[in-house]
Amino acid sequence: MATLKDLRKRIDSVKSTRKITSATKMVAASKLRRAQEWVEAARPFATNMARVMASVAAGMPRTDDMPKLLSGSGKDQTVLLVVVTSDRGLCGALNSNLVRAARRRINALLAEGKTVKILCVGKKGRDALRRDHNQRVVGQVDTSGLRNKITYADAQRIADQITEMFDKGEFDRAVIFFNTFRSVISQVPTEKQLIPVAIPEGGATKLEGDASYEAEPDEGEILMELLPRNLAVQVLNALLENNASFQGAQMSAMDSATRNAGDMIARLTLSYNRARQANITKELIEIISGAEAL
Amino acid sequence: MADTVKFDLVSPERLLRSEDVDMVVIPGSEGDFGVLPGHAPIISTIRPGVIEVHKGTATPERIFISGGICEVSADRCTVLADDAVEVASLDRAGVEKRLKDAEEDLVDAKTDLDQHKASTAVAVLREMMQVAR
Repeated sequence: MATLKDLRKRIDSVKSTRKITSATKMVAASKLRRAQEWVEAARPFATNMARVMASVAAGMPRTDDMPKLLSGSGKDQTVLLVVVTSDRGLCGALNSNLVRAARRRINALLAEGKTVKILCVGKKGRDALRRDHNQRVVGQVDTSGLRNKITYADAQRIADQITEMFDKGEFDRAVIFFNTFRSVISQVPTEKQLIPVAIPEGGATKLEGDASYEAEPDEGEILMELLPRNLAVQVLNALLENNASFQGAQMSAMDSATRNAGDMIARLTLSYNRARQANITKELIEIISGAEAL
Repeated sequence: MADTVKFDLVSPERLLRSEDVDMVVIPGSEGDFGVLPGHAPIISTIRPGVIEVHKGTATPERIFISGGICEVSADRCTVLADDAVEVASLDRAGVEKRLKDAEEDLVDAKTDLDQHKASTAVAVLREMMQVAR
């Protein structure tokens, strides 16, 4: 039987835990709003870029000297997985769900006899994947500096790293894993192909009659400019979606943690009061029986 | 045919402008060109420079962009900019400092990639200096 003092200590400690979780929840809620705005704000660029790319690719003669980023390296042996996770925890099963999806894909690829390389963006995914795929992790990107604002430059840095590896022939295909923000209670682990670039079919702008775009300098050069940007935009989108997911997941995880702490405090207070009553009753009985004995 | 061009200026982080304008002057990589309604469809890369947006009789709005791609069709003009900032809000001293930093980076650059990046940055900032007051 716990003593009164023990119970009081436990109540105090749960109370301070609740303070932390509810503060974290509030911070996540306000950051979530901004995170969602960023995702929204980045959308027009991505849609316009997809359209322009489809237009250019439509006007491009199908030849063998297509940029490698578009046509791929001609093989499908080594696959690079870019796994985007958060740096911090307290967000429920967000990161473990994503890592599980990535791990399933890794195992499937390995079963097909492919070589797998992993690039970790964010700390949590790195820690989790290191456990069983340590020798496959070829790199990691530290995102702890991006806590306040995720910019295009950050995405570009990661994209440059991927492109450099691709140019060196270190992999043939790249996919990115990240959480798509659906709502505060639903974040979906998503897999998207980065390289070779998938051109949306029929996404090109319809021109009047059979006019076609004139390209300046020429289609090839424009694609050379477009493709690296497209890669960076895809990475940016993944980072932003993942950030929004993280804030959303953290908010709902901390909300239920706060509620659980409240329930626990209620339960503990009940048993504390019971114990206190029992003590008083016991003392009374002792006094009364002492008085009767006289 | 519409007598205005639908002008969209987007950077990766946000939509900067989306409006109907009379004319846009784009610093294309092979020379500046003006876009009026009914322009022939063209896709062009952009060099670092100033986009001029003409609207009504007001003085044209000048926006500096550090590079990107532009798509023009008969009734619209879409600019995908890497980075865009209004010329009026450029601060000469700040640009000067960044240019100096970038030049130092260029000297320090070891790999080809670093060198390429630094020289691009220097080119962009030099161009920015030209237009900043």
